[in-house]
Amino acid sequence: MPFIPHTDEDVTQMLAAIGAPSIDALFDEIPAALRSGKLTQVPEAMTEMEISRLMHERADLDGRQLNFIGAGAYEHHIPAAVWQITTRGEFYSAYTPYQAEASQGTLQLIYEYQTMMASLTGMDVSNASLYDGGSALAEAVLMAVRAHKGAMRVLMPKTVSPLYRAVVRAMVKNQHIELVELDYDPDSGATPVPTADMGDFAALVIPQPNFFGVLEDVDVLTDWAHANGGRVIALTNPTSLALLKAPGQWGAAGADIVVGDGQPLGAPLSNGGPYYGFMTCKQALVRQMPGRIVGRTVDLEGKQGFTLTLQAREQHIRRSKATSNICTNQGLVVTASTIYMSLLGPEGLKRVAATSHANTRSLLAQLCAIPGVTQAFSGYGFHEAVVQLDRPVVPVLAALQAQGILGGHDLSADYPELGNALLICATETKTAADLQRYAQQLSLALSQ
Amino acid sequence: MLIFEHSRPNRAAHAQMPAHAADISDLPAHLLRQDVPLLPQASEMDVVRHYTRLSQKNFSIDTQFYPLGSCTMKYNPRACNSLAMLPGFLARHPFAPATTGQGYLASMYELQEMLKDVTGMAGVSLAPMAGAQGEFAGVAMIRAYHDSRGDAARREIIVPNAAHGTNPATAVMCGYTVREIPTDKEGDVDLEALKAAVGPHTAGLMLTNPSTLGVFEKQIQDIQKIVHDAGGLLYYDGANLNAILGRVKPGDMGFDVIHMNLHKTFSTPHGGGGPGAGPVGVATRLLPFMPVPVVTKENNQYRLLVEGDIPATIGRMSANHGNAGVLLRAYIYARMLGAEGMHRVSEFATLNANYLLKELQQAGFDIAFPTRRASHEFIITLKKLKDETGVSAMDFAKRLLDYGYHAPTTYFPMLVPECLLIEPTETESKETLDAFVIAMKTILTEAYATPELVKGAPYTQPVRRLDDVKAARELDLVWRQG
Amino acid sequence: MSIPADLKYTASHEWVKTNADGTVTVGITAHAQDLLGDMVFVENPVVGRNLAAGEECAVVESVKAASDVYAPIAGVVVASNSDVETSPETINQDAYAAWMFTIKPTNSADVAGLMDATAYQALVESEAH
Repeated sequence: MPFIPHTDEDVTQMLAAIGAPSIDALFDEIPAALRSGKLTQVPEAMTEMEISRLMHERADLDGRQLNFIGAGAYEHHIPAAVWQITTRGEFYSAYTPYQAEASQGTLQLIYEYQTMMASLTGMDVSNASLYDGGSALAEAVLMAVRAHKGAMRVLMPKTVSPLYRAVVRAMVKNQHIELVELDYDPDSGATPVPTADMGDFAALVIPQPNFFGVLEDVDVLTDWAHANGGRVIALTNPTSLALLKAPGQWGAAGADIVVGDGQPLGAPLSNGGPYYGFMTCKQALVRQMPGRIVGRTVDLEGKQGFTLTLQAREQHIRRSKATSNICTNQGLVVTASTIYMSLLGPEGLKRVAATSHANTRSLLAQLCAIPGVTQAFSGYGFHEAVVQLDRPVVPVLAALQAQGILGGHDLSADYPELGNALLICATETKTAADLQRYAQQLSLALSQ
Repeated sequence: MLIFEHSRPNRAAHAQMPAHAADISDLPAHLLRQDVPLLPQASEMDVVRHYTRLSQKNFSIDTQFYPLGSCTMKYNPRACNSLAMLPGFLARHPFAPATTGQGYLASMYELQEMLKDVTGMAGVSLAPMAGAQGEFAGVAMIRAYHDSRGDAARREIIVPNAAHGTNPATAVMCGYTVREIPTDKEGDVDLEALKAAVGPHTAGLMLTNPSTLGVFEKQIQDIQKIVHDAGGLLYYDGANLNAILGRVKPGDMGFDVIHMNLHKTFSTPHGGGGPGAGPVGVATRLLPFMPVPVVTKENNQYRLLVEGDIPATIGRMSANHGNAGVLLRAYIYARMLGAEGMHRVSEFATLNANYLLKELQQAGFDIAFPTRRASHEFIITLKKLKDETGVSAMDFAKRLLDYGYHAPTTYFPMLVPECLLIEPTETESKETLDAFVIAMKTILTEAYATPELVKGAPYTQPVRRLDDVKAARELDLVWRQG
Repeated sequence: MSIPADLKYTASHEWVKTNADGTVTVGITAHAQDLLGDMVFVENPVVGRNLAAGEECAVVESVKAASDVYAPIAGVVVASNSDVETSPETINQDAYAAWMFTIKPTNSADVAGLMDATAYQALVESEAH
């Protein structure tokens, strides 16, 4: 019996102790009419050897192309130590650290994580993580509305990932919150400061870099939002923060809440998950922040220790008045990220960011030298860029895929106004030869 | 010692970064960072040693018995981890074409089919990333259903007072008001109170069965009829699905929508607090509203159904396909169990719980619902002990740590004073349960003989009991140099 | 647990004191702080806010629980005690000295409708069973 240790002798003794004639009898409180029959859609059990064979075959079908897709999930080198330590049983198979004395490993690690994320984003405090970047943005929108105590509108640029905007819509639509879309400048690809009166709003979302890979004018946007009575939610790529000004330093007063997806910091692409959402904010908003938070304190002998704190905001105590229904963080992925950031350090993360930026710049130059390819936006970029092709994107991507290249993310469905637009990304994992190969193959595909 | 205290200026793990600093002079200075973020500056070995040592300060299933009620801390098979982390699965970008992900998508399609079968539902979406997101998706579908029929008066969700705190929190996030109804002395829903509560304002009832009190809700057929007759829908909180896996299908009990916690029933790792996975199953009438994406099979090829394919969908819970790697682990576990193995999960989880209940009862512990069968978990109450010795359920739990056992769930459900909610799971042996009973008996004796000893526990952990009040009053959430 | 005879009380465990100028001062009772345990956070209503009777207007939070504080009667907030916000533990030390906020009642006769000490004592005893 897979994963069940009982011998027949054990079962006999245990039933005798209970005073039940059979295991079946233990279910005698369940109405007989509800008893289900055999499971018909669940195959027979496989041994580890058999499932191992099957999964190897399936994994071999997947995911081995030269990848130039970004669009919210980024391929970076992950040091071997990261997942080897993360999957140690003591991290992997531990529960949420409610029994603090028996969970000091996880708790101290989260405290260290909070410290790193707060510093990277230039904020005062961090939570222990949320589900992913999209849901973290949704929680930030709810948090900003809670904190504002009045306005139910949030300004959402179209340069925020269309999928993130879809997640936010799904999560806030039943709470009467209006998401006001802000258009982008067609030349620069950045969001201009609104010139019309936007009315009362709880927050402005500023993506940096934005979905097109373009850098927004964050200082001006931040000051405008604050001058008009709204808070600023920064949506950032954490790798970029090794190079770019931290949201805490945007404009005169800095952003108020910072969120994003932590995937670039040590999580593999992995079909889209598990990743995690990070959230940091200013001290004044800490009690509005959803999710778990770890604090440092002392034990009864005065020794340093760590514990979950501010739990009274959470659903298991506050029930219908909780800040959110959220229970879990993405603890294991946060464990990986904390080890990743520790191994890279400030210099390593900066080199990853700078090399990704330089590779994308080089790729963009090579691609735009091909007839039929133009750069869509004039704005400065981080490690992604939009190119426009002289023909539909889908067949071009198919031709590249036939050569083992994933050429980028097709924008034509979400941004039809951009025509045949393709979002490309070259991280530090790409060599000069990889970039050349992509340019050659694209050139071939467009010459047919 | 914190990782930052191992840090030295200009020390680094050089093998882990690009060899050269690339040129970034094309970026304008006003957008660039001037300060250095507070990340550790440490050698690779410093980092490996630090986090390995931290791991050793944790209790875990791999090292200890973890009878944490309502959390289903069963063994996490190692194969599930190593096979889900095969390079082909890890390297695939979520936006890569479906043709490059047939191995992953086939596994997900089959997982959907298996979950439909064990829950008796018509459709399954794997998208929600945790139980609470599954709940959110479920209640949002209930709302979308009523709204689609123009039945806008249904604005109230009924929740038994024994429910998990997420149930009312979720209902509020979906724009509903919450009405709590009481539980009777046997631990079942108070039917008269339910009858009085339902009406044209009722959107639905959220129910956990077996309940958080560790008993099967015997009147489920009556409850189902009362709620449906009033026009409401029934939501199944799958927190305790392990108790009935392969034995009773929530669909057969009349539930319209269900979420499952794969990190409980399907043994994906808890990971120190996530990631989990909270797929939802729906009855036929809720199929049009399922959260996207959903995996489909067309002409022997698999692909994700998105917004355009399910136009009335409640939308997206995440940018991608939820916690994909967690779903893969659940799939591998399900295939290793097989149909027979799934039946055995609930059988042996129930056997272990009822055996442990009986042994603890014999050892002198008060069982909260002594006339009932345990499901896969049960509650003991230490109220008498607290009254007689001052030793609380929390003290008792902390003392268990000294004996090498993770504490059961304390103070939940809140209805039972000084309670311990105990769930042994099917993967523990009789010897482990017997040894746990001896530890429980020993602590009970200690509590009467030397209550101060128990109140001061734990003594053997990296720290003694922590000052929660100081933690909350003098918030110290990030380390600062100096 | 002390229940001063000169105060009025609510079923949600607020105490109410009528001041010489007709305003009323509100806090939570010694019994309420005992149920909640060590206070870690207090959030008072802002001065100038109009409150309906029974409206949620403040929050008190301990390590293990959080509780709303309700306006005992309708009125406008004329003072808020920032000392309890910076030092929540003062509520544990003396719940009747650690006032939270003061209301100018819409209708001063409303105070008479609240519980007296005897009635509140009976309520506390009934909830203990």
